[in-house]
Amino acid sequence: MITSEYEFLRGFLKSRSGLVLSNEKQYLVESRLVPVARRHDLASLSELINSLRKPGTKQLQEDVVEAMTTNESFFFRDKTPFEHFKEEMLPKLLEKRAARKKIRIWCSAASTGQEPYSLAMILRENKIKTSSYQFDILGTDISKEVLDKARLGQYSQFEVQRGLPIQMLMKYFTQQGEIWQVSNDLRAMVQWKFLNLLENFSHLGEFDIVFCRNVLIYFDQPTKIDILNRLAKLIPADGYLVLGAAETVVGLTDQFEPVPHMRGLYRPKQSAGKQPEPQKMANSLKAEPISARPAVGKPHVPSFSSPATNTPATQNTMRTNSASAPDKPQKFDREKLNASLDSLRRLNAQSSNKG
Amino acid sequence: MKQCLVVDDSTVIRKVARRILEDMGFEVVEAADGQQALDACLNKMPEAVLLDWNMPVMDGMEFLQKLRTLEAGAAPVVVFCTTENDMSHIVQAMNAGANEYIMKPFDKEIMEAKFQEVGLI
Repeated sequence: MITSEYEFLRGFLKSRSGLVLSNEKQYLVESRLVPVARRHDLASLSELINSLRKPGTKQLQEDVVEAMTTNESFFFRDKTPFEHFKEEMLPKLLEKRAARKKIRIWCSAASTGQEPYSLAMILRENKIKTSSYQFDILGTDISKEVLDKARLGQYSQFEVQRGLPIQMLMKYFTQQGEIWQVSNDLRAMVQWKFLNLLENFSHLGEFDIVFCRNVLIYFDQPTKIDILNRLAKLIPADGYLVLGAAETVVGLTDQFEPVPHMRGLYRPKQSAGKQPEPQKMANSLKAEPISARPAVGKPHVPSFSSPATNTPATQNTMRTNSASAPDKPQKFDREKLNASLDSLRRLNAQSSNKG
Repeated sequence: MKQCLVVDDSTVIRKVARRILEDMGFEVVEAADGQQALDACLNKMPEAVLLDWNMPVMDGMEFLQKLRTLEAGAAPVVVFCTTENDMSHIVQAMNAGANEYIMKPFDKEIMEAKFQEVGLI
């Protein structure tokens, strides 16, 4: 591949997926894109690049992004974050969400699904403590192909042996020939969505825990900052952000601070003016007459399955703001939100008066 | 240094396993069948046993059952490592007192993951 082609590819990947391809990654390009070229009946990588430059090659463009951004994953990868989940995040959140009985978890680079399913297994293993709570686990990824695999929950013998204890395999999988199938019970615990982290994700609502592991390393500095700041808006003061072992927020954002002695675990900076969830609950309950109108959910907790039209007013407000400038880091504007709520309250009062 | 007894009738498998285990810091002892393994255990009880299922003289399952009745035979961590890759064999092995189960073919990463799982490394 000649330099100009590599440069084009770098630019293409950066703008489409945020992936920053360093100069020495030529080998990766070749190993990942030769199969894509073959699938599209293109004789060489040069031909593939030429086709990418032409309009109307949407499928090829998607396949190239997918091939370059797909990463290997395995169950309970790196172990530590899952121990933190079991020992720190889960007990604390069970306590703090004792009234709401709902905990939302987002795996923002879910890949082929091992991370969300690992979390689901931990929840099942702690059934006595967790059974009275509703857990929403959302898995998103930029690759539709890996999401399809994740959704199916089918893994090879090789995949189920890396990180997955045999007891878990026995409990949560069934064997179908060469394939190991995740149980329907676990599959029902996870929802899947296509999502590009470069684009606005505020419509997903608030999450008590966000796993964002081994994905920021592929982005350049401004993109990392932008993503972290936008994540900060979705995580309540008593929530958590989980990064990969080689990643940090240090020098990127002051929205998060490390949880002491827990590598890779971060929480919203306690002085950042955020309220913990229970207080927020109380505030949002004041707005009940308005929010009671949509068929679903509390104001700040949209359900995954609810159509966008049902998304409560507070979320719509945030989305409108974000959509107008999706690439710029935005600050959560509480005043604006309160003003919107006030005007909605007034409208609501008026319509009640009309009877 | 922890000792791992590698029980397999294939010299190739024993050699591959030895290389991986030595890299992981184990002292490796080899046995070609269950009976040899049992003799080795009576001589010196290892910390870990990597155990094939199908072998001549005495198979892995019979060895495991006999091992667990020995004095101090409850101590070694036993990791099955076999081409038997169906659920019924796995369940049978775990019920007989195995601690982990590797389905062949295996590589260094699987071996490490499984040994980590049972606290050997």
